[in-house]
Amino acid sequence: MRKIKELVIEKSLLTSALITIAVTIGIILVLSIETFRFFSEVSIIDFFTDTQWTPLFTEKHFGILPLLSGTLLTSFIAIAFALPVGLSISIYLSEYAPKSFRKTIKPLLELLASVPTVVYGFFALVVVTPFLQGIFPNLSGFNSLSAGIVMGIMIIPYISSISEDALHAVPKELREAAFGMGATKLQTAFKVIVPAASSGIIVSIILAISRAIGETMIVAIAAGQQPRLTLDPTVPIETITAYIVQVSLGDVQHGSMEYRTIFAAGITLFVFTFLLNSLSYWIRKKYQEKYE
Amino acid sequence: MNSIQKNRLKDQAFKYWGICCTCMGLALLIIFIGDILIDGIQRIDWGFITSLPSRKPEKSGIYTALMGSIWILFFTTIIAFPIGVAAGIYLEEYGKKNKLAGILEINISNLAGVPSIIYGLLGLEVFVRIMNLGASVLAGSLTLSLLILPIVIVATRESIKAVPSSIKDASYALGASKWQTIWYQILPASSGGILTGVILALSRAVGETAPLIVVGALAYVPFAPESPMDEFSVLPIQIFNWISRPQHGFIENAAAAIIILLFITFMMNGIAVYFRNKWQSKWK
Repeated sequence: MRKIKELVIEKSLLTSALITIAVTIGIILVLSIETFRFFSEVSIIDFFTDTQWTPLFTEKHFGILPLLSGTLLTSFIAIAFALPVGLSISIYLSEYAPKSFRKTIKPLLELLASVPTVVYGFFALVVVTPFLQGIFPNLSGFNSLSAGIVMGIMIIPYISSISEDALHAVPKELREAAFGMGATKLQTAFKVIVPAASSGIIVSIILAISRAIGETMIVAIAAGQQPRLTLDPTVPIETITAYIVQVSLGDVQHGSMEYRTIFAAGITLFVFTFLLNSLSYWIRKKYQEKYE
Repeated sequence: MNSIQKNRLKDQAFKYWGICCTCMGLALLIIFIGDILIDGIQRIDWGFITSLPSRKPEKSGIYTALMGSIWILFFTTIIAFPIGVAAGIYLEEYGKKNKLAGILEINISNLAGVPSIIYGLLGLEVFVRIMNLGASVLAGSLTLSLLILPIVIVATRESIKAVPSSIKDASYALGASKWQTIWYQILPASSGGILTGVILALSRAVGETAPLIVVGALAYVPFAPESPMDEFSVLPIQIFNWISRPQHGFIENAAAAIIILLFITFMMNGIAVYFRNKWQSKWK
């Protein structure tokens, strides 16, 4: 009797764990099926080569490039801002800062990551854009620059926290050996500790990029709703995620072409983040084996 | 200046640069909260919390959105909590060595990185269309439950891992079965950590906007939901809606609603940290 009870419990726990597999399969199926229907009406070559995305207009074009360029542009600005700042913070906290300072600062910085993204969107639109307009007078009210910078602020803790963990995990002996050779803290940090922790740092950067690509509310609020193929950070653009929000806010009929476009855009986003996440998982596993 | 002095100088320069960057991060947090407080604090009063949304900014309130958030939070908790903890227990205590566990682990790590809006698309197709739940509280809660499931699972595993194996051994030595050991020893011992993880996951769910917009949550609902099948709005969507309106009064409303949203998220984070500290000190 007891054995049967134990077995039933184990199987029901297993079922809960299997739900996560069902979620992944569900995501892939849902995205693929609707995308398949999408490509029965739109040629796949147009999707990747057309330079316009206008599914909501009477003259329809279905080129993903403008949305993709918008996504990559805002992510690039975010990373360009967050990477130097985040890495400097992580090196400072791990190598220079007193222990007590590190212990209080780290959770405070992590608070930055717990702020809901819609709040960051407000910040970008109401505070950062007017501030930047004071410096660059021809900046539009909606632009990728301010959305990108605010997104950068949001992902600083991702880079600083995970990198700091990696730097902190480097064995003490390496540091002591470098100091013993007469190296300064800076030399030790950049020539010994950072290379030793490089895989952890790379993982943090990849996760931050993946987070930036999938970020929705900041760009939906502050970057605009005009898909265009440009590298100019001062004009309104539209990202993949912002497009999905724009369509969802309207009254979209199930089975219509507009309905399918959000799944085609969604699968593009999913493929990108999936590749980045798999890469970071792979690096993390390899790194763990190396150290143990 | 010889090279030693030069190196020392560089070292000092980097130290101050590091302090600068760290302070900038904190300063941004402060500016940011300060600015929102200035914009919105005078707008918050009892009327703001208990009024329905309206076309006039000064008459608008967050009642329906706040109630929507509470409904969503309640159902997300009762769906994600048992499933997440059960899956965590399975991975940590039962399926540690087999191949399936390896696949599950890769899968969960990948799910944690899927953008939230993709969960929205999943929810739209599966819960709203196929299961025919409509844009209801239940469909929204199910979507958010899937979104926070990886966080709950990882937190559960970490907390179970931290329970000293001596406790487990002692329980087995007294003749307890595996499940008795888990239920009477491991779960009570790891409950602080699990609770911390669940609260953090829920604080993330409270702030989520994009997946609920995709699922079809409305910016304007005239009444607070009364059953899980009712249409709903949540605080972040109300904020998003007010931000996208041109009149200045709505920006003030948005700032005021943000203060309340931030208060809720920071409070949940604070409670989580409290539980973590209390639980950590238990094993020392």
